[in-house]
Amino acid sequence: MNDKRPVNLDIGTIQLPITAYVSILHRVSGVALFVISGLFIWMLDCSLASDESFTALQGILTHPLVKLVLWGMLAALAYHLVAGIRHMFMDFGVGETLEGGILGAKLVLVIAAILIAFAGAWVWL
Amino acid sequence: MAVTNVTSFGRSGLSDWIVQRVSGVVLTIYLLVIAGWLLLTPEVDFASWKALNSGLCIRILTVFAVLSLAAHAWIGMWGVLTDYVTVRLMGPKATLLRVFLQLGMIAVIFVYVVWTVAILWGK
Ligand code: HEM
Repeated sequence: MNDKRPVNLDIGTIQLPITAYVSILHRVSGVALFVISGLFIWMLDCSLASDESFTALQGILTHPLVKLVLWGMLAALAYHLVAGIRHMFMDFGVGETLEGGILGAKLVLVIAAILIAFAGAWVWL
Repeated sequence: MAVTNVTSFGRSGLSDWIVQRVSGVVLTIYLLVIAGWLLLTPEVDFASWKALNSGLCIRILTVFAVLSLAAHAWIGMWGVLTDYVTVRLMGPKATLLRVFLQLGMIAVIFVYVVWTVAILWGK
């Protein structure tokens, strides 16, 4: 066999289009949200059980590391939501062309980035 | 002939597809209501938060949201597991592992729903 034949399975040289990143991030954020939902329900529990547990939760949420985690949770939620809405637009045939798909993917990244920045401001300010 | 799968959510892929979208919309509505309240309420404290979550409308919305979460996560995680935990990718043990993971997932979802209802009406 000819050893010199070109093989292109070197992952580092394969360029994925922006639409592929937007798609896989939707999947990753969805799986993450499955776990994160438990944390949100736990927060709902603490915040409603009693005055003391509400205050205790507020206390926990002042910790810088906890703030970072909360921001990550909100970021996954914001991204998944925006990409999910785009998904539904595409289900109705909006933005299904090559150009439309790329534009939609960019819009998802921009809108999600704005929401995530906003969530960061809300968590820290 | 329709392919049936006992661990999928609805009776067909089409019904799963619709449930996935409707549940996504319900979750979005719930999240917008809560986010809007948190941003617009001048004094977010235990009393105001408790008052909000004592209203019948918000409780019904919350229950709708957690039921949507249950259906949505069930369908979504089923899709992910049946994509990656397969005999083709992992060998013959995959089927047993996947059923195991799916049962675990269903148990977690069940806890989420019961827990949320208990938070709202328990004690
Ligand atoms: C909050 C809890 C949520 C969880 C745990 C969750 C989880 C998931 C998972 C695991 C998937 C499968 C991803 C895949 O197969 O690639 C998925 C898909 C999807 N999610 Fe969510 N999600 C949540 C919220 C939302 C919200 C708020 C929306 C609103 C827009 C949404 C819209 C969608 C859509 C449209 C799909 C279908 C994608 C497809 O058919 O390929 N999700 N979700």
